[in-house]
Amino acid sequence: MLKLVWLVPVLPLVGVLVNGIFGHWIKNRAHILGVGTTGLSFLVALGVFLQAAGGQSLNWDIYSWVAVGPFHATVGFQVDPLSAVMMLVVTFVGFVIHVYSVGYMHGDRGYARFFTYMNLFMTSMLILVLANNYLLMFLGWEGVGLCSYLLIGFWYEKQSASDAGKKAFVVNRIGDAGFLLGLFLIWENFGSLHYADVFSQVESLRPVLERPSVLGLSLVTWITLLLFAGAVGKSAQLPLYVWLPDAMEGPTPVSALIHAATMVTAGVYMVARSSALFSLAPQSMSVVATIGAVTAVFAATIALVQTDIKRVIAYSTISQLGYMFLGCGVGAYASAIFHLATHAFFKALLFLGAGSVIHGLQGEQDVRKMGGLATYMPVTAATFLIGSLANAGVFFLAGFWSKDQILHAAIASGHTWLWGLGAAGAFCTAFYMFRLFFLTFTGPTRMDPHVAHHVHESPRVMAVPLMILACFAVVAGLFGYSVEHSPYYSFVNPVFQVSAHGAESHGPSELAMALVSTAIAGAGILVAYHMYRRNPDLPERLARQFAGLYRLLLNKYWVDELYNAVFIDFGKRLCGRLWGFDASVVDGAVNGSSRLTVWLSQVSARFDFHGVDGAVNAIADLIQGGSDAFKRLQTGLIQNYMLAMALGIFVIVSLFFFL
Amino acid sequence: MVPLSHYLILSAILFSLGVFGALTRRNAVAILMSIELMLNAVNVSFVAFARYLPQTQLQGQVFAIFVIAIAAAEMAVALAIVLGLYRNFKTVNVDEINLMKW
Amino acid sequence: MDIKLAIFYILAAFTVWAAGVVVLGKNIVRAAVALIFSFCGVAGLYVLLEAEFLAAVQVLIYVGGITILLLFAIMLTSRIGAGTTRVINDQVVLSALVGAGLLFGLGYAVLRGIPALTGPPHLPETSPFLGRALLTTYALPFEVVSVLLLAGMVGAIVLARKE
Repeated sequence: MLKLVWLVPVLPLVGVLVNGIFGHWIKNRAHILGVGTTGLSFLVALGVFLQAAGGQSLNWDIYSWVAVGPFHATVGFQVDPLSAVMMLVVTFVGFVIHVYSVGYMHGDRGYARFFTYMNLFMTSMLILVLANNYLLMFLGWEGVGLCSYLLIGFWYEKQSASDAGKKAFVVNRIGDAGFLLGLFLIWENFGSLHYADVFSQVESLRPVLERPSVLGLSLVTWITLLLFAGAVGKSAQLPLYVWLPDAMEGPTPVSALIHAATMVTAGVYMVARSSALFSLAPQSMSVVATIGAVTAVFAATIALVQTDIKRVIAYSTISQLGYMFLGCGVGAYASAIFHLATHAFFKALLFLGAGSVIHGLQGEQDVRKMGGLATYMPVTAATFLIGSLANAGVFFLAGFWSKDQILHAAIASGHTWLWGLGAAGAFCTAFYMFRLFFLTFTGPTRMDPHVAHHVHESPRVMAVPLMILACFAVVAGLFGYSVEHSPYYSFVNPVFQVSAHGAESHGPSELAMALVSTAIAGAGILVAYHMYRRNPDLPERLARQFAGLYRLLLNKYWVDELYNAVFIDFGKRLCGRLWGFDASVVDGAVNGSSRLTVWLSQVSARFDFHGVDGAVNAIADLIQGGSDAFKRLQTGLIQNYMLAMALGIFVIVSLFFFL
Repeated sequence: MVPLSHYLILSAILFSLGVFGALTRRNAVAILMSIELMLNAVNVSFVAFARYLPQTQLQGQVFAIFVIAIAAAEMAVALAIVLGLYRNFKTVNVDEINLMKW
Repeated sequence: MDIKLAIFYILAAFTVWAAGVVVLGKNIVRAAVALIFSFCGVAGLYVLLEAEFLAAVQVLIYVGGITILLLFAIMLTSRIGAGTTRVINDQVVLSALVGAGLLFGLGYAVLRGIPALTGPPHLPETSPFLGRALLTTYALPFEVVSVLLLAGMVGAIVLARKE
């Protein structure tokens, strides 16, 4: 039964091929295969998961993919608790979002193309999480990157959309370069890229790995830092997060699936999978935790003042990803994955809800033009509220359990400042989520009149997924209520037995932490309520009072502008120089050589014309002239002949005399 | 006594004159006359040798007789040819007749 | 000076002058007559060389036969009115050179190679001697020459007859 796992990534692939090749003729019926294959894939995944939950596991090399000299890689799948959880989350959330897309993308010109790309994404993501070796994971990694590019730039005729797609791909590439270098180092030292081979050799190769290398860092530190570089790019951490806000140019289901629930979490999965390597490199873990924590706060602060509904949720995603890396960095891998799962539910819910709003307002995304939508879209409003509560980390809902466990692990690791950053981020999260909720759904409406005329609740095909996700956003957290005993943890913990569990022992008790977290969240909600419900003009006054700070946050710390000036402009100037060099020197050389050839051919032609033909003509003229001369001998006059004879005799006689 | 060389030089002079005339004169008959001159010159040298060299049979003179006979025969035929030339070309000037070429 | 030498010079000069007229004379008849004179001069030289028979034969055949023949030919081939045409053709210079060269060559050969011979004081009677020689030693050439003369006669008749 477990061996049916191969169906999970392959079923969406069928959808890709059919919709991709025949999309022109399928048109509006593309969702039949698009959603159908995803649903079937989910069912198979559920079956596999239940088998895995029953204690079975699988490491199956299906066929040999690369065999070049000593380098071998296979197409193989691994079913263990970690990959089973990931697979289930991906297929379930993916299926729900596919159903939602039927309504959201209804009537779009690229309907079939959309489902093709979405199914391709599902295939790539499932290959990524189910792979049993780094190379196949990298294949899936690149595949989801490609789909991200395709789907962000889905409405490619819009300049900003295609630019955003390019930006995402290029920034990802920077991270992928580091990832590849890490893979090279792994293969060079371990001789294989299969998880089983690598992780089993970690202990035996410990002396090699811990030997100091470049810049004094050990080899394993370099490997893990390079792998983490790939995660920084893919999962939008500092400093490679800049593509995620721009990725909101894509359709909202894309944002929900790829940039909230699944693709951006691939980095977290990769770090968690490589926990055995990270455990040998405490310096890397510190880096991971620090970047995660700083990103969490950084993104949260930006989200405080943004006005585009999707941007706020995007920065929230970056922030929550930071929490996941914080969890990995302090050794709480299982908690990070748990937060990944719960985050998938409520973040997808929030995005889909935003999509519902945008759909109902016919494309409006600016919250300053919304307000009071709860009366028109009750289902959307209710589910969005649930999602916001979950995101804020309010007790009992999904986000609370996982985020709290991460914060507890942070403080238990001894680095209190990490906890501090996390707590600050939690406060900001609660604040900006409810700011968003209040501005969008409550209070007086600020809609354009003709938009207000048509505002409506979403159709059932869009509303039902919202409700399903809302349910899970409420109850999913209960699966991991306790780090030791709960179903989730007892299932997943054995995978991370290498990582230190001792982080749990010291530090404040879990109960105390839970209370503190709830207090922080509640404080955030209250401040938001105060600012946006009680005193609606308070935000403006604060913005004027702290104008500089406000502008700094509103302009996202000018990071994009900084990158533009330092890298992009430099790159463009370099390209210009190189192009100039190419045009003048290289093309000049080519043109020069062609001119030389033309000149040489002209010389040759002249030589041929004058020289060769001249020689031929000269010979002819010579013969003609000679003939002309000789023919004078035959005059026909006898006396001439007699004279010739006499001359001859005379000559002979003289010769006789003088010889 | 007249030295032999005198006769021979005289013969040479006559012969050269004859050559000159044969090469230069335009009239065909004149050319034939020059040829007679040449033959005469040769005869003179023959006879001179016959007189001055010890010969048993006077070969020189015998030869001179033969030369005279042949000269006569030749002259007859040659003049017949000249008459034929005159009839065909209406001229006896040899440099107006240039058929002897390809 | 020997009387013979003087006679020789006179005869030689006469012959040479006549030959000159033959070669360079404008009037062809005058040239023919000069030819007669040259023949006569040569005959005189024969007499000086004690070849009396030959001198007679010379006069008889040359003067009496050949020059008459020449005159007949001149008469038959002359054009009335063609008086002012050139006598000498275009290759004069070269022919003069050739002639002069020939003369010098022969003269040089003579003066180099011929000793000053005197020869026997008296020759035998030439006529009977020649007759005997012709009919005994030189009988074949004699007969051949007669055939030649016959052939010449026939040929001349054939060539010269009017068609």
